[in-house]
Amino acid sequence: MAADLLEVEGLTKSFGGIAALKDGRFRLQAGQVKALCGGNGAGKSTFLSIVMGIQPRDGGVIRRAGRPVTYRSPREARADGISIIEQELSPVPAMSVAENIYLGREPTAGFGRIDFRKMNRDAQALLDSLHFDIDPRTLMMDLTVGKLQLVEIARALSHDSEIIIMDEPTSALGEAEADQLFEAIATLKARGKGIIYVTHRLSEVFEVADSYTVFRDGAFVGEGAIADITRDDLIQMIVGRPLTEEFIKENVPGDEIALELRGINSVKGVRGIDLTAHRGEILAVFGLMGSGRTELFERIFGLVRDQGGEIRIGGAATAIRSPGQAIGKGLALVTEDRKGTGLVLTASVRDNICMARLKKLGLGPMMNIRAEAKASRRMIDLFNIKTGNDRDPVSSLSGGNQQKVVLGRWFLTEPAILLLDEPTRGVDVGAKREIYRIMSDFAVQGGTVIMISSETDEVIGMADRALVMRDGRIAGELARPELSAKRLVSLAA
Amino acid sequence: MPADEDLTSARRAAAEDNRDWGTYALDWVAKYGILLALILICVGLAIGNEYFLSTRNILNVLRQTSINGILAIGMTFVILTRGIDLSVGSVVAFAGVVSASLATTSSTAMVAGGPYPALLALAAGLAVGMASGAVNGVIVSRFAVPAFVATLGMLSAARGLTLLYAGGRPVPALTPEYRFIGTGDLFGIPMPVVIFALVFLLAWWVLGATRFGRNVYAVGGNPHAATVAGINVRRTRLMVYVISGGLAGLAGMILAARTGSALTQAGIAYELDAIAAVVIGGTSLAGGVGRVTGTLIGALLIGVVNNGLDLMGVESYYQQVIKGVLIVAAVMLDQARNRRE
Repeated sequence: MAADLLEVEGLTKSFGGIAALKDGRFRLQAGQVKALCGGNGAGKSTFLSIVMGIQPRDGGVIRRAGRPVTYRSPREARADGISIIEQELSPVPAMSVAENIYLGREPTAGFGRIDFRKMNRDAQALLDSLHFDIDPRTLMMDLTVGKLQLVEIARALSHDSEIIIMDEPTSALGEAEADQLFEAIATLKARGKGIIYVTHRLSEVFEVADSYTVFRDGAFVGEGAIADITRDDLIQMIVGRPLTEEFIKENVPGDEIALELRGINSVKGVRGIDLTAHRGEILAVFGLMGSGRTELFERIFGLVRDQGGEIRIGGAATAIRSPGQAIGKGLALVTEDRKGTGLVLTASVRDNICMARLKKLGLGPMMNIRAEAKASRRMIDLFNIKTGNDRDPVSSLSGGNQQKVVLGRWFLTEPAILLLDEPTRGVDVGAKREIYRIMSDFAVQGGTVIMISSETDEVIGMADRALVMRDGRIAGELARPELSAKRLVSLAA
Repeated sequence: MPADEDLTSARRAAAEDNRDWGTYALDWVAKYGILLALILICVGLAIGNEYFLSTRNILNVLRQTSINGILAIGMTFVILTRGIDLSVGSVVAFAGVVSASLATTSSTAMVAGGPYPALLALAAGLAVGMASGAVNGVIVSRFAVPAFVATLGMLSAARGLTLLYAGGRPVPALTPEYRFIGTGDLFGIPMPVVIFALVFLLAWWVLGATRFGRNVYAVGGNPHAATVAGINVRRTRLMVYVISGGLAGLAGMILAARTGSALTQAGIAYELDAIAAVVIGGTSLAGGVGRVTGTLIGALLIGVVNNGLDLMGVESYYQQVIKGVLIVAAVMLDQARNRRE
């Protein structure tokens, strides 16, 4: 029997006496797509960084095709046939797609001159083989985030590695692009590559992986074939206790109209959006990346200029020209990109929580530091945010807790309408559930939730009604009984 | 809540307590290193030179530091918002000559009807400084020109305006009332030092206890997130340049008052010392992180080192070399700590 592509046993790693990884075990065979599952803090990142040679290990064995190996840098790991697709993008914006793919190893043609023709040709062949519809001569800065991610994937695959690690590869992809990725994965699998697939999105695990390994609290808990496990069992394995329901939904929509949009236009081709949201309702906006859903939120919240149309809040026509005015009208916006537009990572938990409420937490220009501390404490308790001291930087929190800090900031403004753009992206199963609980409770108390989501499960689980956007317009509306993944996707595409 | 999140935070809390000694020491040094360096240098100088600790010399150091210190405090606001103000040296001269022209007894340099009361002259200089800053601020915040470029333009333009205004000549013979802010004292403490202390306390309060201060940190840390949170990012950016310009004007007037005349060449390269004090004081050029107390220590460190080298009779050229080393060393220390995190 041929040796496994990768075999890891008893991997351990401590930081300052605290074990981040107690027993990392993993096996990967050729032609296998193995999902590495676990909540935040389960040790996945530590495990991957050791395998890739970013950090040294304290103990344990890594065998590559039967040979014990120790990589001292990602370069060594790559030379030995392991490459990784990072969660964070690192493009050089002013260079072309081909230049980015072959950055640092450009083909040359005498005297160190770069052979652009060969580079473009190779890049084209690579992109074609993956069925990615991207011109290698395009500049990176002209691509959408989704396409950038596809280029990043192509770059990792260009090394022709035997093992490819994908860390949340779909976090920036729309449904269509994600499908392209899944096709590429199937191709790679057929070519006998081994893929380690890391994601919080369980639906993807069941879509692309054929087997799984679960880590919890830094240790291996179990592994097996995807065909032999149910979604609920997998969740239970990840969380370590039984979950009753994945979604929490106790609200009943009322008749009173909270927000009404008539003929709203926005930048990037969002045209003539009509929308009505009621008190006590959770309204989903479903659509692919680039369908205009985020732009719609930006317009409602006053982040872009008025391009025509009418916004009525509680029946009264209102002009919203800045986020400050939007907040004054009882709106709150949780953006999709937590690190880019949500949190101020250099600031403390407390400052992040108080940020949208400063005027009410002081007297004139002066801040009332005691009031700030009290408000921050109230939100930390309300949302069960795990933080030692609220003066610690918010960057020290896990993804789920960071998202709850953003929610805390907005609940402090006592909003009537919550705009949530992909509220559960990048948070683990347990924290997701807490966020669903927050949404449900808010709607039960008469609030209005408008949620953008590209996960059909989430829309079906949480929404009273869903609007589907396509090319900047409303392509259709589905009431709760009509909601199905098939209908959502077919309206969106 | 899921068990693993509990564990993460428990682990993190434990890590705080159990950090190994090296990390702890590095943290401590990065946090208090500059203060420690300042104290060590002072102790060394006190042992090596009996004159160093004399009241006269201490007041001398403080007075010499005050102009750079005032500029550096304004610069702290700007750098906290990811900006830079290269124009402060030129604004020192511009505000100096305009203000001085209202307070001179020289008939050739005076504005018709002068000399005017010192307070009016001071108000004019402050207004000139704030207006220059406002131009910087509008160009940066409204027209999205990088701060480096906008204030580089002002560095040149304000110097040119200074020369045009004063006809290329110094403005001499300032009134005694006006000179009080440079040469007078309050209970034995030189006025420049008194003003520096007041500016420091005010800046410390503004950054630490006002809404504007919170906005400065948020805008510098993440302007996009600040915008979404309803903070007026443009106005905050504009205001920090107005503050920096106003303080540069104030510094220019103190300088003129101290020397008795406003020179058109005053303040050349002052922006570099101000930036140095801010950076040595631990404020990040990436924005959002830093304190005005750090800047105070940074400015004092530069002042003490210059003074110490003077006392030891070291050639002034060495002072520049040492200052260069200090700036880079301070940032390296900061980086070392960031990497560990």
